[in-house]
Amino acid sequence: MFEVKDTRVLAPGIKQFVVDAPTIARKARPGQFVIVRVDEFGERFPLTLVDWNAQTGVIVLVFQEVGVSTRKLGALNVGERILDIVGPLGNAAEDARYGTAVVVGGGVGIPLALPRARSLRASGNRVIGIIGARSADLLILEQEMKAACHELLVATDDGSRGMKGFTSDVLRELLVQRMHVDYVFAVGPVPMMRAVAEATRPFGIKTVVSLNPIMVDGTGMCGSCRVSVGGKTRFACVDGPEFDGHEVDFRELGVRLQTYVKEERLALEHLQRSCRCK
Amino acid sequence: MSLMPKRPVLDRVRSFEEVALGLPEDVAVKEASRCLQCKSPRCVTGCPVQVDIPAFIRLVRERRYREAIRKIREKNSLPAICGRVCPQEEQCQGVCVLGVKGVPCNIGALERFVADLEFEEGYDHPAGRPATGFRVAVVGSGPAGLTAAAELAKLGHEVCIFEALHKPGGVLMYGIPEFRLPKRIVEAEVEYVKSLGVRLELDRVVGLSDTVEELLRDYDAVFIGTGAGLPNFLGVPGENLCGVYSANEFLIRSNLMKAYEFPKYDTPVRVGLKVAVIGGGNVAMDAARTALRLGAGEVHVVYRRTEKEMPARFDEVVNARDEGVVFDFLTNPVAFHGDSKGWVSKVECVRMLLGEIDESGRGRPVPVVGSNFLMDVDTVVVAIGVSPNPLVPRTTPGLEIGGHGEVRVDPVTCETSIRGVFAGGDIATGSATVISAMGAGKRAALGIDRFLALQQGRGGR
Repeated sequence: MFEVKDTRVLAPGIKQFVVDAPTIARKARPGQFVIVRVDEFGERFPLTLVDWNAQTGVIVLVFQEVGVSTRKLGALNVGERILDIVGPLGNAAEDARYGTAVVVGGGVGIPLALPRARSLRASGNRVIGIIGARSADLLILEQEMKAACHELLVATDDGSRGMKGFTSDVLRELLVQRMHVDYVFAVGPVPMMRAVAEATRPFGIKTVVSLNPIMVDGTGMCGSCRVSVGGKTRFACVDGPEFDGHEVDFRELGVRLQTYVKEERLALEHLQRSCRCK
Repeated sequence: MSLMPKRPVLDRVRSFEEVALGLPEDVAVKEASRCLQCKSPRCVTGCPVQVDIPAFIRLVRERRYREAIRKIREKNSLPAICGRVCPQEEQCQGVCVLGVKGVPCNIGALERFVADLEFEEGYDHPAGRPATGFRVAVVGSGPAGLTAAAELAKLGHEVCIFEALHKPGGVLMYGIPEFRLPKRIVEAEVEYVKSLGVRLELDRVVGLSDTVEELLRDYDAVFIGTGAGLPNFLGVPGENLCGVYSANEFLIRSNLMKAYEFPKYDTPVRVGLKVAVIGGGNVAMDAARTALRLGAGEVHVVYRRTEKEMPARFDEVVNARDEGVVFDFLTNPVAFHGDSKGWVSKVECVRMLLGEIDESGRGRPVPVVGSNFLMDVDTVVVAIGVSPNPLVPRTTPGLEIGGHGEVRVDPVTCETSIRGVFAGGDIATGSATVISAMGAGKRAALGIDRFLALQQGRGGR
C-alpha cells in the first residue's frame, strides 16, 4: 500500500500527488512511468514519474481527472493509500550532450516535460522550454519549468497567457527565425506531438516523443500499448515510452487511444451512481 | 465417455462459473478401484513431477482421502490446479496400462477430487527441514516460481517471491479463465505456499524495480521463473486496428482485471457480435470460450492446420465445440481490414493445404494461391503463442540467452550462466505447460539446495 503524503491542485481538474513508494523512488530515472491501481475494482493505468526522492522514498505524480481511475485517485486524501503502484517501468531517457535542446510540454504533458528538461540540462545542454495549454488557468508548473530551463516560452490557445497559439507554432517560429536546435523532446496530447514532429521534420532535427497509449500490465505482456514506429510494431511499455517522433504513426495512436470511449462513459456513470465522487 | 460431470451447456455459455464439476465420492472411489496398482507404474514416469500415483489412488480406494492428498503433496505443491489443467491424456493417463485396451484411469479427476476435499476441510502442514539460514529470491509467482518456492521452503530455506503483477499466480491468475480454473483455487494454493513460510512481494518488476544483480546481494541464490509473457503477433497488415487483441490482453482484462464484471470492475473489454480467434492451442480455446461468455454471438476459431494437428487439449476442443464455437480449419489470416473509424471489420484469410511434414512433425501449411476470402468480424483475438519475457534477460548482464529469447540453463540443475542464478519454466523452454513449469521449478529447487549445500561446505554460511 502506498500512502498519499501530499496533494495539490495545480489547475482545475489537475492534481499533483506526493506518494510514499520507496522501492520505486530508489530506482526511478527520467522518462520512466508507473502503473497505478487505486482500489480492488480499479483499472491498471500508467502515469509518468514527474519527480522522486530516493532519500525520502517518495514519488510525484500529476494527473488530470478525466476518467474513472483518475477521479478515484483524485478523491484520495492525504494519509489514504493507493492499493498498487508498480515501477519504475519503461526505458529511462537517453541523455546526451546535444547542444541546444528544446523541451515541449502541452497541457498535462508539462509535468512530464519537467524531469526531461532537468535531465537534459544536467547533461550539459542549453535547454529551451516551450509549454502550452488551452488557457492561462490550465497552464501548470510554469515556475518549475522556468527554473529548469535556460529560457521558457509560453503559449495558450486563447492567448490568455504568453503567445496566442500552439506550442508547435512557437517551435516553428523559433526554428524559422533564429535558432539552431539540435534536439527536441515533446510530450503532450497526440495532435501536439504530431505537430511538433512535423515542425522539426523539414529541419532534420532529432525529435523524441513520449507516448502514453492504453496499457494494462505495463511489463510487455498484453500488447495493448502497441504503436507503429517506422512501420514496425513496438510496445510502448517495454520498447518505449520514448520514440523517434518522425517515425511514429500518430494517427493510429490517436485512434487506439479512443478504443474505450464508450466504456469510459459507462464506468463514470457507474461510479457517480455508486459513490459520492465528483 | 468422460467421467467428469459438467455444467450443462445452456447454463454455462454465459457464465464464468467452473464447467467441470468434480467427481462425486462414489464415482471417485469406483474409478480408483479400476487402477491396476502396477508394480512398475508407467503413470509415475509420465508425470513431470513423479507423483506416486498408484499409492494415492489406493488411498482414495480405501477412502483415506487426507492421506491421499498428503501423498500427492509430497511431490506436487499445487494439486487442485494440476487436477484441472494438466494434460493428463498426454502424461500419466496417456501411458496408463488400462488405456492399451480400454479407458485409462482418470488420474486427473482423482487428483482434483482429493485436492478439493482438502480445500474444503483445510490444509495441514508437514514439518519441513530445520531452517538452514540461506535466503533465496524467486522471481515470478507462476507455476514454476510457486513450486520452486514451496520446495525450497520445505528444504528449510528462507524464500521471498517477487511478483510484477498485483496478484500472485502468474498465468494461473491472468491467463487461465475462471470457468476452467477458479481463482479461489489459485488463491488457496498460493496461501498454502505462503503457509510454508514463503514471503511474497507484489508489484515488484525484477529487471526494473530490482535487478538480479541486486537480488544476489541480499539472497544466496535466485530463481528466475518469469514465464513466456510476450505475445506473438502475426505481423500482417491491420493488426493494430482497434478490436484486435492479443490473447494475453483479452484474457488479462477478463481474468485478472475481471472485465466480465464491468462496470463493477473498472476495466473494460470490447467484444462484438462476431469474434475470430486466431490459433489452435489451449489459449485459443480459452479466448474463444471467454468471448462467448462475454456476449459474442458467433465465435470462430481460425486455425491454419486441421483438427488433428491442433495443440489444444481434446477435452477443451470438445467443450468449445459443445458451447457453439465454430472451427475454421486450414484457414490463415493474411490481413485485417478496418472501418472508417479504425476498428477491425474484416479478416482476409487464405485457404491452406498441408504439405510435407515439417520439423514439428506435422504437415507444413501451404497457402492455396488465389483462395483469399473475407470474413466479417467485430473482434479478433490473436492466440498464436508467446515468447519468453525479455525484462530479466535485457537487464541481467552475463545471462546467456538462446535464439528464441529463452534463458539457457543446465538441464539437470537449472543453473544459468551466472553462478547462483537458476531459471525454469517457460522463460527457459518457451511456451509449455503448467506442469512442465512445475517440474522445472522442482528441479531448480533441488539444484539450488545442492548449490547452497556446497556453499556451506565452503564456509559460505
